Amino acid sequence: MTANGWLQIFLFFGLVLLVTKPVGLFMTRVFNRERTFMDPVLRPIERLLYRVTAVDEDHEMRWTEYAISMLLFSLVSMIVLYLMERLQGYLPFNPQKLGAVNPPVLAFNTAASFTTNTNWQNYAGETTMSYFTQMAGLAYHNFMSAAVGIVLAIAFIRGIARRQMQTIGNFWVDLVRCTLWVLLPACIVGALVLVSQGVIQNLRPYDTVKLVEPMQVQKVGPDGKAAVDAQGKPVMETVTDQIIAQGPVASQEIIKELGTNGGGFYNANSAHPFENPTPLSNLIELVLIFAIGSGLTYTLGRMTGSQRHGWAVWAAMSILFFAGVTVAYWAEARGNPMLAGTDQKVSALQPGGNMEGKEVRFGIANSALFATVTTDASCGAINGWHDSFTPIGGLVPLANIMLSEVVFGGVGSGMYGMLIYIVLAVFIAGLMVGRTPEYLGKKIEAYDVKMAMLVVLVFPLVILTFSAISVVAGFGTSSILNPGPHGLSEIIYAFTSQAGNNGSAFAGLTTNTLWYNAAGAVTMLVGRFLMIVPALAIAGNLARKKYVPPSLGTFPVTTPLFTVLLIGVILIVGALTFFPALSLGPILEHLLMAAGKTF
Amino acid sequence: MAITQEMKPVLESATIRLGHAPNKPRKRAVWEWKIVGRAVWDAFVKLSPRKMMGNPVMFVVEIGSVITTLLLFKASSVFKFNLQITLWLWFTVLFANFAEAMAEGRGKAQADTLRKARAETIANRLVGSDEVVEKVPSSKLKTGDLVYVSAGEFIPSDGEIIEGVASVDESAITGESAPVIRESGGDRSAVTGGTRVLSDRIKVRITSNPGETFLDRMIALVEGAERQKTPNEIALNILLAGLTIIFLLAVVTLQPFAIYSGAPQTVFVLVSLLVCLIPTTIGGLLSAIGIAGMDRLVQHNVLAMSGRAVEAAGDVNTLLLDKTGTITLGNRQASRFVPAPGVTEEEMADAAQLSSLADETPEGRSIVVLAKEKYGLRGRELGSSDAVFIPFSALTRMSGVDFNEFQIRKGATDAIATYISQNGGKMPAEVRATVEEIARSGGTPLVVAERSRGALGVIELKDIVKGGMKERFNQLRAIGIRTVMITGDNPLTAAAIAREAGVDDFLAQATPKDKMDLIRKEQAEGKLVAMTGDGTNDAPALAQADVGVAMNTGTQAAKEAGNMIDLDSNPTKLIEIVEIGKQLLMTRGSLTTFSIANDVAKYFAIIPAMFAGTFPVLNALNVMHLKTPGSAILSAVIFNALIIIALIPLALRGVKYRPMAAAVLLRNNLWIYGFGGIIVPFVGIKLIDMLITRVGLA
Repeated sequence: MTANGWLQIFLFFGLVLLVTKPVGLFMTRVFNRERTFMDPVLRPIERLLYRVTAVDEDHEMRWTEYAISMLLFSLVSMIVLYLMERLQGYLPFNPQKLGAVNPPVLAFNTAASFTTNTNWQNYAGETTMSYFTQMAGLAYHNFMSAAVGIVLAIAFIRGIARRQMQTIGNFWVDLVRCTLWVLLPACIVGALVLVSQGVIQNLRPYDTVKLVEPMQVQKVGPDGKAAVDAQGKPVMETVTDQIIAQGPVASQEIIKELGTNGGGFYNANSAHPFENPTPLSNLIELVLIFAIGSGLTYTLGRMTGSQRHGWAVWAAMSILFFAGVTVAYWAEARGNPMLAGTDQKVSALQPGGNMEGKEVRFGIANSALFATVTTDASCGAINGWHDSFTPIGGLVPLANIMLSEVVFGGVGSGMYGMLIYIVLAVFIAGLMVGRTPEYLGKKIEAYDVKMAMLVVLVFPLVILTFSAISVVAGFGTSSILNPGPHGLSEIIYAFTSQAGNNGSAFAGLTTNTLWYNAAGAVTMLVGRFLMIVPALAIAGNLARKKYVPPSLGTFPVTTPLFTVLLIGVILIVGALTFFPALSLGPILEHLLMAAGKTF
Repeated sequence: MAITQEMKPVLESATIRLGHAPNKPRKRAVWEWKIVGRAVWDAFVKLSPRKMMGNPVMFVVEIGSVITTLLLFKASSVFKFNLQITLWLWFTVLFANFAEAMAEGRGKAQADTLRKARAETIANRLVGSDEVVEKVPSSKLKTGDLVYVSAGEFIPSDGEIIEGVASVDESAITGESAPVIRESGGDRSAVTGGTRVLSDRIKVRITSNPGETFLDRMIALVEGAERQKTPNEIALNILLAGLTIIFLLAVVTLQPFAIYSGAPQTVFVLVSLLVCLIPTTIGGLLSAIGIAGMDRLVQHNVLAMSGRAVEAAGDVNTLLLDKTGTITLGNRQASRFVPAPGVTEEEMADAAQLSSLADETPEGRSIVVLAKEKYGLRGRELGSSDAVFIPFSALTRMSGVDFNEFQIRKGATDAIATYISQNGGKMPAEVRATVEEIARSGGTPLVVAERSRGALGVIELKDIVKGGMKERFNQLRAIGIRTVMITGDNPLTAAAIAREAGVDDFLAQATPKDKMDLIRKEQAEGKLVAMTGDGTNDAPALAQADVGVAMNTGTQAAKEAGNMIDLDSNPTKLIEIVEIGKQLLMTRGSLTTFSIANDVAKYFAIIPAMFAGTFPVLNALNVMHLKTPGSAILSAVIFNALIIIALIPLALRGVKYRPMAAAVLLRNNLWIYGFGGIIVPFVGIKLIDMLITRVGLA
């Protein structure tokens, strides 16, 4: 680890802290339907939208209506994306003449993936998706799934803030305002900034360039595997040209980070120079991933009238972030013990540490930071290969997702995920001080605990069940490219990432198969919607409740003690659930590596 | 009368019979052998799956035990290990059942003594409107029947006195051996079946049907027969069930992961892991904690009609306390003589004493006491020949004495002023000033006057605030509870007493309606209100309050309206009730935290034991250096079972509660039960491992 590395990490985090209040304050105004400086431009558009769609903007919804609206909206959007993928051959903006996304189950997996804000990609963007699908299909979902997440968090916060009310807002109004006021303006400005750094934005066919030096590469057979001849020797071919993919990247890149979607325009994601060309673009992308999640903590404080509580939650997230990044950075900077004897020291000539799978443009610190940030949030964009991290370095992203991505988290989903943990923490704490537990004046009762436990159950249910099936069934194990504990880690990571709607991958696993496409799609849908519905149920239930004024006998949710307790609950629930599985995956791999064995 | 050595056993047995001493709860030993014996038997009876289903956590353990028992019959090279695991799994279930049985046992013992009081008696029932009496067994009495009860007889059932006065021995219910007076009309008319009339004869209208009497309800309550899960207990049960499902998933899916890794596990090991992980500690003790909480109330001589009320007591924000009898001693007492100008203090004291010698009211007596203590004036015997006592009358609102040529009167200011002006005098301004000053400071002024000399001075009567009240209110404030004093006094007096007693607020010149309005207002603000009451006019407010404690001496209406009854009729008890409510929740919360925190150590014991055979590097996780995989797993299972037994006393007694702010309380409990919960099993499992490897069990 170097001072320079830490300086960059702190610079990043300083910027996150800086944007928290303005973003949070702005969102509060937007969702309270108060005036903002953008109203002269946006209000007419908003009104027009409501007139066209026959939405009554003053209509308030109960949680059930809110949930049904959200589910129907997501379902229709998902079907549209599926059809678009399958029919893209007939649609415009397809200079590469890419055909339908095949097999259908891949199109289904992708539709589920983008609807759920996961952006798990069992395909390579540049060879599969037309510009039309990228823009009208995937980018649309990047905006909408992010907006859905944010408005759900807002609805939850309203549930806490409101007293003896049946309703928690209007889904359509929240969705429109979130898109028009929060996401679109930020993305228009942000995209231009990224373009200034060299991110491309065009609709041209791909370029073909002559290689300076022809290369020998192993031929790929018709079965998709590297070809070998009868003697088992690799069959080589000479490559003289390189195709350089083009496309409207900047417009998609910006929402990919801001909306914590993570689905890359290209297969290489943010490691690709057209997506993330410079250290500055890298920093901007990192800050964008946390911006809304961090801002929502301020919104939480603002809307509930307890700003200090908002900061206490923010502090819990920050501490967990630093814990993660410290371990990841340490593990990667330490280098590979198997290469003991080789020079792995930082010097003017080399970045040192474990550089396998990392971009030289970003180095150790920024790769570890990116891996931590993208999994703290449910983003899933990557600028280095998590699969190539050391076992402990790779454990950090995996553990981050297993903790339900509540460290700033996916836009909105991180907030309502955190609120679920808060409900549980407050419940235990309330009992320990001898009172019926209260959260910001709302009593936490059996119904709330039941819904919170349903949310908590979803994760182990899909992750552990699907992983367990995959490691014993033939259709699961046949995809494993790396044996031993690393293979186990890869499978667990795949389902964890999809359940957490993250979308980053450990790779090393052939996931474009019937089983992984189908099981993955189910995992993503369950991981998103089975969590949202009980969370909204809590919101609706809290909104109905009477407000109990705090007293000295109430456990305060604004103190460092609360922050510590919250962290404790998050860690304990996560660790207890996943420790057995992890002990046979990354932990075992780490210990074996220390003993001189790798996979 | 001194208590002699021979009398002591008698007194004690009176107390023990009821299981509690009046006012002060008797510290019960946790392990009473009679109860333990019965509990051991009950622990086995409770193994019935129908009974276990109510407790999802322990039900899972029982299923696990059954599975391992069945698998024991399959030949195995590790039979000794499997057998021990199976036995300890059964012990885990039995220990949990035993804990519950222990808690119930304490109530049952109490119920047995109460049943004796309920024994069949013969009642003298009136036939028709005539004074004809027929003998019927008490169990045949119905609501509305009229019975006569004479001295020495037991009152056959609950009822209301409609004729007569009697002293009643209520010790069967309250444990208080001093007889109480019960009379028709007013707030002291209710009598309870099973109590005994000591003197006189009363006519009672029966107010409850057979099987629904106070004693019946009391027996059901202490036995826990009617026990329903309280709201917080239900919520906690959901949490525990959820955790159990999570661990079930974690353990069931571990086998495929283990198979993939080439280290499949036996069912014995997997069940052991599961049982160690699911929250058996709190799951096993949860119902015992609830029962014990109710039992603690009973030991304080409080009967809660529902567990919900006990929990609500822990949440109370506002306590409404009647001034008289709760905050102050029942009566006002003379505290000062302030002479008028030109009168010496001795003269004033002398006159005050003379006027009060025949005054048998507590105020009058306190004047005589003050004169004696402060001025050394001894009580004098005044012959009826030369002194005529003038008793207090509502007309004159004065009392006094005509003694030789003197005529001394004392009374309220305006009454005496009239008396003076009738005799051609005038009330001096100084006296008026004194009167005002006394009234402002919360006292009651009584002016003393002599016919010819006019006003002699003012006696200050003061409410005496009970000792230690201020400290208790401070404690309540520290835990966020606001106290409101209810009084019929004028606002000036009320304010002064409120200040002296240290209550947060007061309601002066309170009518029952004011009281009701105050409760409604507090509740509208989301607060929970507790109050005590005994009169029929308190009944609506008692019913409205979240915690309404009726005094046992009170009317039937009050007792039915409240959700608790204090057998000692001590209004200050409300404070203890709040503490017991809090303690109940705290015990549950703390043991839940402890139970979950325990899992960390159990993982470190069992996971390396499961896989170190295949992957020796995993021994790095064996931080306790447990001897063998078998001893590690066995130790964890044994610890998991024994901790239930070890925590029974805590579950029955409740965690220690001292009034302090919630933040401090939480910090302390997190240290003890959270941090302690992580550390203790590391030590415990290591010790057990050392022991069982030494004696060769593993």
